[in-house]
Amino acid sequence: MELTLVLAILVTVVGASTPILLAALGELVVERAGVLNLGVEGMMLIGAIAGFVVQFHTGNPYLALLAGAAAGLCASLIFGFLTLSLSANQTATGLALTIFGTGFSALAGASYSARPVTLMQPLFPLELATHPVGKVIFGYAFPIYFAFFMVVAIWYFLHRTRAGLILRAVGENDQSAHSIGYSVIGVRYLAVMFGGAMAGLAGACFPLLLTPQWAERMTAGRGWIAVALVVFASWKPFRLLAGAYLFGLVMTMELYAKAGGGPLSAIPSELWAALPYLATVIVLVLISIRRDATTNAPACLGKPFLPSN
Amino acid sequence: MQFRLEKRREPSRFMLYATPIAAVVLTMVIGAIIFSLIGFNGIGAVREIFLTPLTNPYKWQDLAVKAAPLIIIGVGLSVAYRANVWNIGAEGQYIIGGLAGTWVALLTWGMTGWWILPLMILAGIAGGMLYAAIPALLKTRLNVNEILTSLMLTYASVQLIYYLIRAPWKDPMGMGFPQTRLFSEAARLPTVIPGTIVHLGVPIAIVVALIAWFVMTKTVFGYRMRVVGAAPQAARYGGFSETKTIWLAMLVSGAFAGLAGVLEVAGPFQRMVPGFPTNYGFTAIIVAFLGRLSPLGVLLGGVVLAITFVGGEVAQTTIGLPNAATGIFQAMMLFFLLAGDILIKYRLRRVVPQAEARAA
Repeated sequence: MELTLVLAILVTVVGASTPILLAALGELVVERAGVLNLGVEGMMLIGAIAGFVVQFHTGNPYLALLAGAAAGLCASLIFGFLTLSLSANQTATGLALTIFGTGFSALAGASYSARPVTLMQPLFPLELATHPVGKVIFGYAFPIYFAFFMVVAIWYFLHRTRAGLILRAVGENDQSAHSIGYSVIGVRYLAVMFGGAMAGLAGACFPLLLTPQWAERMTAGRGWIAVALVVFASWKPFRLLAGAYLFGLVMTMELYAKAGGGPLSAIPSELWAALPYLATVIVLVLISIRRDATTNAPACLGKPFLPSN
Repeated sequence: MQFRLEKRREPSRFMLYATPIAAVVLTMVIGAIIFSLIGFNGIGAVREIFLTPLTNPYKWQDLAVKAAPLIIIGVGLSVAYRANVWNIGAEGQYIIGGLAGTWVALLTWGMTGWWILPLMILAGIAGGMLYAAIPALLKTRLNVNEILTSLMLTYASVQLIYYLIRAPWKDPMGMGFPQTRLFSEAARLPTVIPGTIVHLGVPIAIVVALIAWFVMTKTVFGYRMRVVGAAPQAARYGGFSETKTIWLAMLVSGAFAGLAGVLEVAGPFQRMVPGFPTNYGFTAIIVAFLGRLSPLGVLLGGVVLAITFVGGEVAQTTIGLPNAATGIFQAMMLFFLLAGDILIKYRLRRVVPQAEARAA
């Protein structure tokens, strides 16, 4: 195969992976703090419509990203209040947040369907990206580099800083963390808000990087794939990077098969469309065969915290 | 004035039943305020969504038809959630149930016979069970999270519909539309009240809820589900295998979702179309919670959610409220319900400041 094609595929894969990676990084931090927020899909949709609206009216993609993150953060506060302040069931509340996000984004976006926005431009001058190899390195918009940066930053935060240690302690043993004076609920609120902002930012990437318009449910289950990826990555940031790129590849395989011709292009398009979801199931299965999937899970994941004193 | 939560000695039964009602009322009040703030006729929206479907007798048949699948799926989910098995892929099991029924209808197309409809229903139930068996198998054998697998399979099942109605099952006389041919008379669900759209699925939903109520409250099966969910330790001690319970919970909820799917395709739809994924599988999650995971509660919860669906359509035509508003009202209801749950185990006490307390 031609090198140019491989490089072109690589560029597409990187673009398709970024929203999943950003959302999954947020969820990873949330889960490390012991909270299971299944509302990622809903927060992404809210971020997507917020980002779209701001991009549509201002044309400033950075403001649009910021709006997406802010909207995701606000949505996560609903989840935080219910599960952390009122100890509501985390699974059910996350589902409720997804149902809410789907409805909210559809309502807010009702008058914007089929209206185009401009895609976000690459961060570096276009001259650097003229050569195919240059394009693989310099050809992307800001969120792609930001996602890379966040992989490293979150790894560093979790494993090399005191705050990260506290966060992990809260996720592993909330009662002990509480008894030595850390605010379990406070730490979890911050984690949930961070996760919300990341999911919102990830959502905003859909109209800004992938399809320059608003469509109902445009995240199409990517938020759920992000949640699955956190399990796949056994709660480790660098594995998350690998996992997200693997999924980006699965998602863009259709284009690649159509371009390459041969027997692959005979596969019905519906099967290609179903592939990312089936791959998620297969990946979860493979992980579990290799070892018990839950060994690395934060011990307090999904359990409400009630101080025992 | 400050409040403090104080643990109750035992869960409040009053709050258990009062909080769903409070959630619906709060949704109406807060919904009216929010929709007014964002520029809609908020009070009108609440009136049209929650009251018009009840006050207008012409809407009652729509209510019954919409409530039936929600109740059937909701009953199945309530059994699973009771056992702490989080099947959230009911939408996918509903779709596969509908597809299995469609398959039988297409194979028997042009035939007549009383057996066609029962065969379709059996196929639908089997389809839903089979699709739920995948997450059950993965959960029990490999401990793969059933939430993620059942949901991923839902997304895959939607693509399966698109494939089948675009290629092998496409209506040869359909002028290129991606849909199957209209089912023969023998494969359509009969109406039970002449002159209305109320089909056989409606009485089936009521019977299903009553049977489930009996089974859950009066039999060992129901006891097993409730004990495993509420006290897994005790359940193990009592000899109830967790694996078997997960299987039962998934298969029962899958069977109900599949039943709802086949009743929908043979009733309101009468052919498989791209619009078949109706979100009933997801809305039924709210129904199950609103019904407090009890089959009789689900019966009521199904009616309440059906009201919002029918009312949402009313509000769309009368005051131009976007259809998505229904989803927001439904999600708000669930938020308020989950928020209110704390009142079952805790009571709200006014905190009297120290100085004031001493003076008194």
